[in-house]
Amino acid sequence: MSIKQTYQSREVLRCEGIHKYLGSGESRVHVLRGVDLSLNNSMTYAIAGPSGSGKSTLLYLLGLLDRQDKGDIFIDGQKMSSASDEERTSARNRYIGFVFQFHFLIAEFTAAENIMLPMQKLGKLSPSEMLDRAHLLLKEVGLRDKSHRLATQLSGGEQQRVAVARALANNPAVILADEPTGNLDVRNSQLVFDLLYRLAHEQGQAILMVTHNPEIANRCDATLRMMDGEFTGKTINQPTS
Amino acid sequence: MLMSLSGIIFGVGLIVLTQALTSGFEQFFIRTILGTDGTLRIQDRVQDSLATMELKASETDEATILGLSESRRYIEGVKHPYAIIEALKMAEHVTGVSEILRGSVILDTNFRQSWAEVYGIDIEEHMRVSNIEETVIRGSIRDFQDSPYGIMVGSVIARRNNVRVGDTVILKNGSLNQSFIVSCIYETGVDHVDRKRVFTHMSEARAILAQPFGVSYIQVNIDDPARAPVVGKVFENIFGHIVTPWQDREKVWLDVFAALRVLSAMMVSTIIIISGLGMFNTLAMIVMEKSKEIAILRSMGYTRTDISRIFLWLGFLVLLTGCVCGCIFAALSTWSVSQLPLRIRGVFSTETVVVYWSASHYLYAILASSVVVMIASYIPARRAARLEPGDIIRGTGG
Repeated sequence: MSIKQTYQSREVLRCEGIHKYLGSGESRVHVLRGVDLSLNNSMTYAIAGPSGSGKSTLLYLLGLLDRQDKGDIFIDGQKMSSASDEERTSARNRYIGFVFQFHFLIAEFTAAENIMLPMQKLGKLSPSEMLDRAHLLLKEVGLRDKSHRLATQLSGGEQQRVAVARALANNPAVILADEPTGNLDVRNSQLVFDLLYRLAHEQGQAILMVTHNPEIANRCDATLRMMDGEFTGKTINQPTS
Repeated sequence: MLMSLSGIIFGVGLIVLTQALTSGFEQFFIRTILGTDGTLRIQDRVQDSLATMELKASETDEATILGLSESRRYIEGVKHPYAIIEALKMAEHVTGVSEILRGSVILDTNFRQSWAEVYGIDIEEHMRVSNIEETVIRGSIRDFQDSPYGIMVGSVIARRNNVRVGDTVILKNGSLNQSFIVSCIYETGVDHVDRKRVFTHMSEARAILAQPFGVSYIQVNIDDPARAPVVGKVFENIFGHIVTPWQDREKVWLDVFAALRVLSAMMVSTIIIISGLGMFNTLAMIVMEKSKEIAILRSMGYTRTDISRIFLWLGFLVLLTGCVCGCIFAALSTWSVSQLPLRIRGVFSTETVVVYWSASHYLYAILASSVVVMIASYIPARRAARLEPGDIIRGTGG
């Protein structure tokens, strides 16, 4: 069984004129200054820039984990900027997968159980179907034989691969990754990036990745450079082999 | 969390145990006094004057009528008991009626003389309003029934006067003397009863007290003792005599028992409250420790309600386990305590600790625990639900 398919290019996420302030009073900082962005499916995007330029803040806004002060966000054509907390939570479950620098697996659960968590919330599959899908995703990330291991019994690289599989659990439209290789050695960094890149093209997700690693950024389909809360340039990269 | 669970178990167990003990002694006391003096006593009456009758007819307030007390007459006892007794025997809910003539006499034995209160009764009728038969510890009540000059003597007065079954005793009232043969010795456990009362047949009491007519009071039993105040009020209106329900008669002791029960429940409830505080602290710590996990669940699409449910469910599991184990602990400890020997005389007579088994004690303990655990879980649960995932993930990511 394979989950490899061919996808037509379409816009899955868009934001327009995003402004975000952090702090209050004299320490109030204008972190994002009217950011516009459009992401298509089956594409990998990297946001590169110095620390404090607003990369992660933008990622959390696009992931509906935070609210912008101004501007609009559309996911799969639906305007999310003015949606209620319940609607945004539901959208996160259906359309968005997260991969963070730290894997954030639930330590008390096995690899398969961690992957089943988003599926249980979505409630579309039966328990056996959820388990089958978890095993399939673990196979995709090369960890099928470790599905019954607790998160604490996996290495750092393996944990991050499980986190990638978890992000794919509900087959989301977008995967948002905040420095997914930032806490890994070179070998594991390559492994996790290759995995994300391959799955994006095979399963049709748009992947937006914040990274400080220029090599990883250059291997994405597009690199967006950010400085002081604004995009300063966009590079379309050659397809990676 | 284990400490909190232990607290709930002990709290539930001790609440039930203390309630079983205080209620046990209270119920036993009630059974004793109902068995001794019945549920209702119809006794003296106040005879209205013409003036007070006119005021009552004009619906004047009670205070004004009481102000005219010098114009009313207080009449001790029941002068014409038979019409009342006949009416009572036909009344609904009445299960027994016994006329009683009471008076002070001197009990003269070979050993000493002492004051006693003679109670003239019709034993057949009196057995319907009391448990006098069950209180006999020596001799036989049948001997009393069969002997016109038989006398029943309380255990304390019998001991003090060195009286045994079969002895001859003399009751003296002024110049009147009458010899009796001790048929049996009874013990109610109520000190003031066992220390003073001697029972004779009504005709002999009338003779020694020189009261050929009337009685001191009529003792009445009804099927539901709890309704005694209401029924008593009805009888008071019908018969014009003062009617005292057992609740008024024993108000002091009943208040003492009620206060003991409430105080013990309050004291033991503190165990549950302290457990609740411990549980609150534990859950609050878990919320802080698991903030990353909460954030990641929120990022996956779990709602604030889902997050709070996790903590409420945790609280519910502790509550459920605590209540089940607590109730088992309560039942075992109540049974164990009921087996302990404890001799009590004075307000009642018992040889072991008295307990009262009631589902209401368990329900109260479960309710008290539920309230405490609900509050202890709800606040951390609400706090967990309010966590903003973006803030936590950003803070952790560094």
